[in-house]
Amino acid sequence: MATRLTNRVCMNIAELQRKLLAAARAQAPDDRVPYAFEKRVLALLASRAGADKWALWTHRLWQAAAFCAAIALLLGVWVFFNPTVSSNSTDLAQNFEITLLASVDQSDQAQ
Amino acid sequence: MERTEAELIAAVLRGDAASFEPLVQKYSPRVFATARRYARRESEVEDIAQEVWFKAFDKLNSFRGEAPFEHWLMRLTVRTCYDFLRGHQRNRESSFSDLSGPETDWLERFVTQPEAATETADAAKLLVGRVLEKLSPPARLVITLLEIEDRSVREIAQLTGWSVPLVKVRAFRARAEMRKILTKMTLDKYL
Repeated sequence: MATRLTNRVCMNIAELQRKLLAAARAQAPDDRVPYAFEKRVLALLASRAGADKWALWTHRLWQAAAFCAAIALLLGVWVFFNPTVSSNSTDLAQNFEITLLASVDQSDQAQ
Repeated sequence: MERTEAELIAAVLRGDAASFEPLVQKYSPRVFATARRYARRESEVEDIAQEVWFKAFDKLNSFRGEAPFEHWLMRLTVRTCYDFLRGHQRNRESSFSDLSGPETDWLERFVTQPEAATETADAAKLLVGRVLEKLSPPARLVITLLEIEDRSVREIAQLTGWSVPLVKVRAFRARAEMRKILTKMTLDKYL
């Protein structure tokens, strides 16, 4: 009995498929749109644009920070491997002071 | 005066996001109808529709205006639905043991008197929904487009972005997959 039923079922699979697909075709999908859906989409797009702006700023600032850190690192490496060998004994502070006070010295000498 | 679609699209591209609203209003029924073919829960349908409109807004500059906006939007909708199917494959794991009374009755009627089991019956519609849920994402997409929406292979190729031979191969496999599922369902039920 079970074998006969199985054979019958298997033979009718193509017909079952045809019937079920016809059932699906007969059922047009619902095209209802939730109330004020377009307003919601526009509001979400606007909020997303705001969030995008902040994300853009954050991204740019992080990029700038990374760039600054890279420059600092490169300068550090450069200074480390090329220690300044001053030809004269004056250091940077003294050079700065001399340059800054050069005009004062010149005016003193003129007097 | 009502603006044309081309004018609305041009305005959106110039930065006037409000001009997008009439487009959403006009085409949402088609987007929802398509999404309802692939998702059962209303929250999922809404998520798909929302995603479609976000993508449409983001990719609007890729719309060249050579074909109608509706065709371009439908391509986007079908591809979003396909992404949804691929992301929700767990739905395929349910079994046929929990068929409702009317579904079982319809199936039994089909086995004993095939001509008495009409395709217009609600139970048949529920049953086909279950069977479609069991199909793999490409099989479900191709069966829906080819057999249910009655589209041509060329149209499906345009909608999905697959080549024509690939659509044919997938259609052949999809039919075989569906027959396998139907066989399993009937054997599970009657043996």
